[in-house]
Amino acid sequence: MKRFPYIPHTEEDIKEMMNVIGIDDIKELYKDVPKLFEGELNISESKSEIEVKRELLELSNRNANLEDYAMFRGAGIYKHYVPSAVYQLATKRNFLTAYTPYQAEVSQGTLQALYEFQTAICELTGMEVANSSMYDGGTAVAEAILMASRVNKKHKSLVAKSIHPEYIEVSRTYTESQGLEIELINYDEKTGRIDLEDLKDKIDENTSSVVISYPNFFGVIENIKRIKEVLPEKVLLIVNAYPIALGLLEAPGKLGADIVVGEGQSLGNYMSFGGPTFGFFASKQKYIRQMPGRIIGETVDADGKRGFVMVLQTREQHIRRAKATSNICSNHALMAVIASVYLSIIGREGLKEIAYQNYQKAHYLAEKLIETEKFDPVFEGEFFNEFVIKPKFDLDKFNEKLLEEKFIGPLNLGRFFDDMKNYGLFCTTELNTKEEIDYLISKVGEIDEINL
Amino acid sequence: MKLIFEKSKEGRTAFSLPKLDVPEVKIELENELLRKEEPNLPQVNELEVVRHYNELERKNHSVDSGFYPLGSCTMKYNPMLNEEMANLFNNIHPYLDEEQVQGALELMYNLQKYLGEITGMDAVTLQPAAGAHGELTGMLIVRKYIEDNGYTNKTKVILPDSAHGTNPASAKMAGFDVVEVKSGSDGRVDLEEFKKVMDDSVAAIMLTNPNTLGLFEKDILEIARLAHEHNALLYYDGANLNAIMGKVRPGDMGFDIVHLNLHKTFSTPHGMGGPGSGPVGVKEKLKDYLPKPIVDINEDGKYFFNYDIPKSCGRLRTFYGNFSVMVRAYTYILMMGKEGLKFASEMAVLNANYLRKKLEKEFDIAYDEICKHEFVIDGSFLKEYGVKTLDFAKRLLDYGIHPPTIYFPLIVHEAMMIEPTETESKEELDRFVEVMHKILEEAKTDPEILKGAPRNTPVRRLNETIANKQLKLRG
Ligand SMILES: Cc1ncc(COP(=O)(O)O)c(C=O)c1O
Repeated sequence: MKRFPYIPHTEEDIKEMMNVIGIDDIKELYKDVPKLFEGELNISESKSEIEVKRELLELSNRNANLEDYAMFRGAGIYKHYVPSAVYQLATKRNFLTAYTPYQAEVSQGTLQALYEFQTAICELTGMEVANSSMYDGGTAVAEAILMASRVNKKHKSLVAKSIHPEYIEVSRTYTESQGLEIELINYDEKTGRIDLEDLKDKIDENTSSVVISYPNFFGVIENIKRIKEVLPEKVLLIVNAYPIALGLLEAPGKLGADIVVGEGQSLGNYMSFGGPTFGFFASKQKYIRQMPGRIIGETVDADGKRGFVMVLQTREQHIRRAKATSNICSNHALMAVIASVYLSIIGREGLKEIAYQNYQKAHYLAEKLIETEKFDPVFEGEFFNEFVIKPKFDLDKFNEKLLEEKFIGPLNLGRFFDDMKNYGLFCTTELNTKEEIDYLISKVGEIDEINL
Repeated sequence: MKLIFEKSKEGRTAFSLPKLDVPEVKIELENELLRKEEPNLPQVNELEVVRHYNELERKNHSVDSGFYPLGSCTMKYNPMLNEEMANLFNNIHPYLDEEQVQGALELMYNLQKYLGEITGMDAVTLQPAAGAHGELTGMLIVRKYIEDNGYTNKTKVILPDSAHGTNPASAKMAGFDVVEVKSGSDGRVDLEEFKKVMDDSVAAIMLTNPNTLGLFEKDILEIARLAHEHNALLYYDGANLNAIMGKVRPGDMGFDIVHLNLHKTFSTPHGMGGPGSGPVGVKEKLKDYLPKPIVDINEDGKYFFNYDIPKSCGRLRTFYGNFSVMVRAYTYILMMGKEGLKFASEMAVLNANYLRKKLEKEFDIAYDEICKHEFVIDGSFLKEYGVKTLDFAKRLLDYGIHPPTIYFPLIVHEAMMIEPTETESKEELDRFVEVMHKILEEAKTDPEILKGAPRNTPVRRLNETIANKQLKLRG
């Protein structure tokens, strides 16, 4: 009998167990199956750990490992510094290999960690309540639109064209089948901010929500307050926020947001090719019963000792089935805990300092690039750590050149916007050194020689 | 225990950052957009953070710390190798050029193929982030299919009353009306009841097979025939695939769409309730409706993201799905190989039936016959001792065992759903049986022990009523 490292059964065990069951052959356990698969799966035979490791190492070596690269690309996933303690703590095996905290008494680790996560998200966003995570930023936006529609019973969402283009796609996918409508709001070509006139024109009595990003996909910082001012009272303002920026920018809750969501990757999570990351989701307390997802609350045990449990489960699919606020079940708890550990480590001062450095480095880069006179500025609006500029040469070829030097250049916005072909979306974080930035700029200086 | 926020002290930090090395500029932003009050995040030093999370970790039960027979959740062991392999892929940005991520793309491509092979499906997307997300994807594929074929009257989705709550919720999110069909006295879909609701207005039927009672839907071929006769699609909730890998393929039984929970069958950890990964496989005729993008290979042997899916149901999440979970599942498939996957299923079923046999004399098994990977105890009989399934479950905690899933499926009163998985040894199962009998004895002789349980846990029984009435959702 072949042995497998993850299965403990010996031949003798199997015999004894079959005896107890009263069968002579494992086949009898499948005798009620009307159509057995008689062939062999077209999958290789089992391998040893050494072989599997070699195979995966070989695969991973065919990817660029960004640890070794200078990174100037963001667009939704950011290369931020992850302090050593974060993964060592958050991926301890009793966190990693636990399930949903159905038995609260033996899940206090999970429950308290997620409760602390909710607390931190409320602090960051300036909102009253938060859930314990969504799949990612895109699904969080989509679910926020659905939630707003449950709150005010209206069916049209006005979504800024300047939020992440994939979030718009996800939102369309999520809402179309429920008869909700999404209409896009233009950005002001001069500032890169949402076009307030266009927004005002499109608001009507069916409008349920307005969705903006803060900063937006172009890195431009929207003025939430001014947007809120033009909204009728019943229309909910959904803000998709970049959490690192909230170390510098006023909390959306203070400026009139009703629901604040976002992609949490930059809070201590690896880039991992875009997943898993997590979505955060916060709102005003009065909307809590329309919120999707798991929520943790504080309580006491039989001795009056503090403890934590899942609350408001009657919103959730396992109780309410077809009438639930959402179908979400497994969420991204581990990623949320990673964020919680990260925020505990960087703390109040760290977040402020990281945000400040992100801002400063991007502004230094932008200024230097413009000085080369090989780029045209695009938007006037203030930006955070990302910005759009338009090179007077072929961006893709420039990126190829940079790659040879282990630099990842800006994203070509032509990927998402037909009218922005050859526009570059540059990004810097606290990890970009001045030396790197200066080197990138020197490369721009060589452009004529590299014959673009 | 204190919250990390309560351990905070002005002036402490666990963080360091290089000094800003670029010349500073003044921040040119409207005053109202500048943060006035800093977020009240903890101010603690590194050792305090370390002790805090160590203490929290000790307060969790996990597969690594003990038996976790949580039915339907498939809490099998998560190999250490999986984690190490996943870490090889941490530093990849989703918007790198395809040329720079050929290894990752090849892995995804192979995984799509393997999962297609295991389920008997022709094409697979890895985009969904969890099982329920896969269900929603599947239901949106159904929507596109009926629209494309002009089946304007198809508005309903049928599912059994034993279905997981995500099934009706997902069907509803995709805009369908949900029709529940009663299970028969044998715990399976009742064919006669099924025929009563099956007509041309049905878009899809959602089943898990084996179902949530651990029983195989023996009439599946007839159900498939009836579904297809009415141009309805058959959807397979593959959360329970662990019973049948290499033994039965949903595709061969007539299923058109299937989702898998990589965080169950394929040994990737549940991470306290996520991340998961819920790939969806479809038959050829539904390939054009898959979400965009899927991974493909061109004539030069280069892998690429294929966005050219004109009838696609759209995009379900940003980027490409939970990639590092895929790496774990892929690692597992390579380790197990075709014979190992099949063996895993056989042993999962053997373990479940062994437990069922060992418990059947003293406990009331809801459907006492050969089961698949799990079975359900009807705890109603405990009433005669004045205790409930909940009390029984809480007492198990005192013995260091995570209780089975309780009060699900809804069609069994006082349900206790037991799923041991293949990674538990006979010795561990025997110990569980012993504890089950011991607690039953306690119920008979001293039920207060159960009602007062648990006692040996970090906290005693928690008050859910207060938690829901006096909502306190943040520190
Ligand atoms: C039968 C069944 N279907 C679907 C799901 C949903 O999967 P997920 O939690 O990954 O969304 C689960 C798990 O909870 C399940 O047991």
